Amino acid sequence: MEVLHITTSGSVDDGKSTLIGRLLYDTQSIPQDKMDALHAASKRKGLDFTDLSLLTDGLVAEREQGITIDVAHIYFSTPNRKYIIADTPGHIEYTRNMVTGASTAQVSLILIDARKGIVEQTYRHFFIAALLRIPYLVVCVNKMDLVEYNEARFNQIVEDFQQMVASASFQAPSIKFIPISSLYGENVAGRSEKIGWYKGESLLEYLEQITFDHADSTHPARFPVQSVIRPMTKEFHDFRGFAGKVASGHFNVGDEIISLPSQQKSRIKTIQQFETQLSIASARESVVITLEDEIDTSRGSMLSKTDNVPSLLKEITAQVCWMDQQKLVPGKAYLLQHGINRVKAKVQQINHVIDVTNNKIVEDKKELGLNDIGKITLKTAQPIFADSYHVNPANGAFILVDEFSNATVAVGFVE
Amino acid sequence: MTNKIQWEFPQALEDEAIYILRETAAQFEKPAILFSGGKDSITLVRLAQKAFYPGKVPFPLLHIDTGHNFPETIEFRDWLVEKLGLELIVRNVQDSINQGKVQEETGKYASRNALQTVTLLDSIEELKYDACMGGARRDEEKARAKERIFSVRDEFGQWNAKMQRPELFDMLNGKIHLGENVRVFPISNWTELDVWNYIRRENLRIPSIYFSHEREIIERDGMYWPTSPFLNTSEDEKPFLHKVRFRTVGDMTCTAAVASEADKLEDIIAEIMEAKISERGARIDDKRSEAAMEKRKQAGYF
Repeated sequence: MEVLHITTSGSVDDGKSTLIGRLLYDTQSIPQDKMDALHAASKRKGLDFTDLSLLTDGLVAEREQGITIDVAHIYFSTPNRKYIIADTPGHIEYTRNMVTGASTAQVSLILIDARKGIVEQTYRHFFIAALLRIPYLVVCVNKMDLVEYNEARFNQIVEDFQQMVASASFQAPSIKFIPISSLYGENVAGRSEKIGWYKGESLLEYLEQITFDHADSTHPARFPVQSVIRPMTKEFHDFRGFAGKVASGHFNVGDEIISLPSQQKSRIKTIQQFETQLSIASARESVVITLEDEIDTSRGSMLSKTDNVPSLLKEITAQVCWMDQQKLVPGKAYLLQHGINRVKAKVQQINHVIDVTNNKIVEDKKELGLNDIGKITLKTAQPIFADSYHVNPANGAFILVDEFSNATVAVGFVE
Repeated sequence: MTNKIQWEFPQALEDEAIYILRETAAQFEKPAILFSGGKDSITLVRLAQKAFYPGKVPFPLLHIDTGHNFPETIEFRDWLVEKLGLELIVRNVQDSINQGKVQEETGKYASRNALQTVTLLDSIEELKYDACMGGARRDEEKARAKERIFSVRDEFGQWNAKMQRPELFDMLNGKIHLGENVRVFPISNWTELDVWNYIRRENLRIPSIYFSHEREIIERDGMYWPTSPFLNTSEDEKPFLHKVRFRTVGDMTCTAAVASEADKLEDIIAEIMEAKISERGARIDDKRSEAAMEKRKQAGYF
């Protein structure tokens, strides 16, 4: 069974939590005792309806303020597939959480309040979806009930959104627009009768038919080595296997490979998944690979096929999203973690900072603080084996770790 | 839309969990698996076995024994450890009580559930574990829905929900300061049903109390409580026999039974699909308040 990852973004009060609650409710994913707790909590708040948004706002501070602070993960299934939703906050100060939620998603769900239309946050959400190259974008025009399910209003918002997309310099993913009312469940799971003028799929119908052939299997073969397995037992005396998860592409038994950074070559002898011998390992599969020859390979090494080898980069230009209270300090050494490989890195310069609400370079701003997005140049102590993010996302992203606080301070996308 | 029974386990979940276990082994000096004897930690042990094969599981199991466990769980634990040749370390809540570090709760809801946090934190300090893997899942409860896969705890074991490290793509940052430790949750993205389908696919043995059996119980607050020497009951709570099973395995004082005839895995899965009560709904420890889990997590609970 497949797993589809969705990220949701929205502004304050545009009904994101209600929409997720609605999806769970309509797929019968809310057990009776949780429903009862919802009824009771809604009543305590003096509401005359069951507030489905209370289902996902998990932290005390969130319940008090009625907002979503952190990334929450929500799960539901249909007979077709398993869904994982990363519900992320819409506030400007939580951009880093939006990026976090978006990093694993194949679908980005953007909510727009039908009364308000496109707002500053919409640009931000679109920019993040585009920056991370999320393949599917679903724009839900919500609260259609509050604009009398007006078709012209919906069309206006669609037009405005497409204008924004057209003006953006980055490649736009596949975009679907759906008029919904999450409060009343119109076009959420089932099709709405009240929105009869809309002939397309409901949100869930649309999600169900998305085919996600992990695009990465068409990408170059990359295998980051997590560890070397050497049991040294009687039974497996000479066994030396490389454990890892295929980042992208696929490997076959017999393939000629090259190990980086040693640049030594060998052939794949076996691919194992526990006791099973496989003939092929594809993107995202955790396996153990053994080679014909003893070559210099250890944790942090990367195996790739000899016909498509990643470049060894020591000077990197990348888009980054800064995620820490403490601003980026040019010249300071950070740890750069690319996949599982860590090297020391220094930021040479901040090229520019981008205003994500209009995709324009901010004049005269040369510093990156919390939630800022910009372009930087880095120099690393040892080379990393990365691809450009837009060519191969699975091998093109990295994080920066502050060596003193140990915090993850940024995420970067190799140009 | 009606849910049909899903038998197929999403393989991506196993691949992800194995990746996390391998990262834990590589990034930390002294990791351990927190083992309760429940189905989630049994799943974790299976994943560890697969992650390092044909090598051995490179870390021990740590069991915080409240002394109020179901005997069936302890029997199962010892069988599993023996069969897989694992190292088991047990620390007892009773010792923390004897040392005066915690006090036994009183009243009819008395349980050692909260007490075990102290024993756990002491054990982590004593044994110098820098990473403890647990079988917690985000679908269990809404505070858990916000937990990271690598969740950093301070010296006092505290979880700071607002200061969590962002986790991007599958990159895990396990760097910590001396004295800090990390809770690792490899099956964060699994649901209860995923766990059961996995147990079925892997043909794993689980403690017998998960299956329907006849047991002496009392009824309290609309739930079935198993009788035991540890449960304080009043005169009017008359014990009776009933066919029940347990959906989770906690202490005998804080795990309610559900009426069930399900004595095969298939029946259990079918039952879960139709269940009206969520899994933790049978956990009396969560019923204390809406924020019960979040408060316990801040205090260092698993």
